[in-house]
Amino acid sequence: MLKTIVETGNHVAGLAALVARAQVVAAYPITPQTQIVEKIAELVDSGKMNAEYICVESEHSAMSACIGASTVGARTFTATSSHGLAYMHEMLHWASAARLPIVMAVVNRAMGPPWNIWTDHGDSLPQRDTGWIQIYCASNQEIFDSIIQAYRVCEDQRVLMPAMICLEGFILSHTNMPIRIPDQKEIDDFLPPLEPGWVLNVEKPVTHGNMLSPEYYMELRYFMHEALQNAKRLIPQVAREYSKKFGLPEYSGLIEQYMCNDAEVIIVSMGTIGSEANLAVEKLRNEGYRVGSARIRVFRPFPHEAVKEIATRAKALAVIDRDISFGMEGILFTEIRSALFDLPKRPLAKNFIAGLGGRDVTQNDIEEIAKKTFRILETGTGVEGIEWVNMRR
Amino acid sequence: MVMLKELSKEELVLPGNASCTGCAASLALRLTLKVMGSRTIFVVPACCTSIIQGQFPASALNIPVLNIAFAATGAAASGVVAGLRIRGIKDVAVIGWAGDGGTVDIGIQALSGAAERRTDFIYICYDNEAYGNTGMQRSSATPIGAWTTTTPTGKKENKKDMAFIMAAHRIPYIATAIPSYPIDFIEKLEKAKKIKGTRYLHILTPCPPGWRSDADLSVELGRLAVQTGMWVLFEIENGVFSISSPSRIVLDKTKRKPVEEYLKLQGRFGHLTTEEVAEIQKAVDATLDYYMKLSGQRVYPLLTD
Repeated sequence: MLKTIVETGNHVAGLAALVARAQVVAAYPITPQTQIVEKIAELVDSGKMNAEYICVESEHSAMSACIGASTVGARTFTATSSHGLAYMHEMLHWASAARLPIVMAVVNRAMGPPWNIWTDHGDSLPQRDTGWIQIYCASNQEIFDSIIQAYRVCEDQRVLMPAMICLEGFILSHTNMPIRIPDQKEIDDFLPPLEPGWVLNVEKPVTHGNMLSPEYYMELRYFMHEALQNAKRLIPQVAREYSKKFGLPEYSGLIEQYMCNDAEVIIVSMGTIGSEANLAVEKLRNEGYRVGSARIRVFRPFPHEAVKEIATRAKALAVIDRDISFGMEGILFTEIRSALFDLPKRPLAKNFIAGLGGRDVTQNDIEEIAKKTFRILETGTGVEGIEWVNMRR
Repeated sequence: MVMLKELSKEELVLPGNASCTGCAASLALRLTLKVMGSRTIFVVPACCTSIIQGQFPASALNIPVLNIAFAATGAAASGVVAGLRIRGIKDVAVIGWAGDGGTVDIGIQALSGAAERRTDFIYICYDNEAYGNTGMQRSSATPIGAWTTTTPTGKKENKKDMAFIMAAHRIPYIATAIPSYPIDFIEKLEKAKKIKGTRYLHILTPCPPGWRSDADLSVELGRLAVQTGMWVLFEIENGVFSISSPSRIVLDKTKRKPVEEYLKLQGRFGHLTTEEVAEIQKAVDATLDYYMKLSGQRVYPLLTD
């Protein structure tokens, strides 16, 4: 039985932690994540959520406390944003290398200076090499679904890695949307209690994380890589099972595709730009453009194979990055181009940087991006260089 | 009164650990685990104990140990405590075991947070007055005048008074100790063990390679630290400050050994001039005068609950 509620993305994240039966939540407030921790504090204080809520004094401590709780077998949850995530960076490595299935909501927000509380992906994308699974959401429903599914994937013995569920600040975090949620009983059925990979137990003492020589270190890193490869197979399976069980969307697992099959130009993006791109595609299709949209939902593990499959059928990819790797290009663009390299016949790929620091990316902007890419195809010029969308000159 | 012979025979610090010759921290570790017993979880940041416990696949510590990042001890221990509680696992003590750098410098925020939240754990700082594991760089627990690799002409600033910083958190139990006075050490830990909430022990641990002292003098140096008043053994119990018996005798100035007796055995103080030694003596005398006045006094108001 699904119940429809109307909530902000932040409250949905808090609610997902509740129904996932997170046992320890350690978090520190940061705009625009604050409503998540407020919601959970309220749920714990009122007795509706049976969890330990640790009001830590920093994000570094938030992740450290989650790590501590996870090592004694508790299911943990936290949430952060932007500078908070950067401050946590050291412990992100610790969590994944300790193979702890911690789930965290990341409310995407631009990095300072100057202070900017609005959204871009420049906070979470630079964390891509920490070993965390990264899922980018395009709706409040997807936030809920992804958090529940993430616990299933992360706690799987073939994975045992942490995950961040990314949602864009204000666009999702503070926007009310209707979402449908299953009964607690059904969720419990889908998500059984945590069976940790290892625990600190006085009956069976182990020393975790002591000095390790070069003879052993590399294998542990290989195991982490293997775990994320396993996650790549598991994420679509779990999404399918969830979708079937609850009648909720599946988001095609790793990449959500919209009219990609016969598309000449495919708009590749992440997060809410992806849902906006779907609208642009509809409009452009009416105007006769053969265009599609591919929203990269799972950024780590990176869906190389799926990207290749989509790309073989297209003539050009318009890759929209809400981030920039200074001195290089958009971070998503680099990954996409790397996936294309193996193809016998590669489509063109053009990088568009858009929406940094919360600048609006409208349906019209995306239509223009697509049209520009069609012009590149026609004229055979202009593929080089990065296009900064709507930038003042 | 604790009798040494009644102390547990169980050795939770196994033979073959990797501590340096004459390491007083390893004595403190052994005593601590003898008192705490096997139902103890250790949370250890980067510190000498990262080395002392040995290298994978071996471990010298026969209890569960969570090694954690340098700044994270207080927070990770908070998580362990919360995780145990929500899972209904009882009668397991959680100990944060960190060096001076991991406590007074990089770990102070997480520790302060844990103490403010009244986390139910014991935090033990074993203090060799510098970053020993990395080769003796100055920490804010390094005493004035001491040579370290980053204070090549001697440190110009005072040692941070961590016990009183912890007192400002109004936690129920704070004590200083030293393995050279094992009975005092054990009694304090036994007391701490029975108390709920955050308990803090600060232990001075002579360090032959860092202090440039003879390895067979570590216990003797610890005694001299107390007898000269360079290290004062005290407790702050529910806010009341009291000098512990080994230090009580040196409150009488005539019974106090000159600091020089402690300093001259350590190469790290070898460069000090007579005037500089006199300055240290003056500071020690002033500190003891202050502690004498504080004795039996309340240093923070009693908590209401």
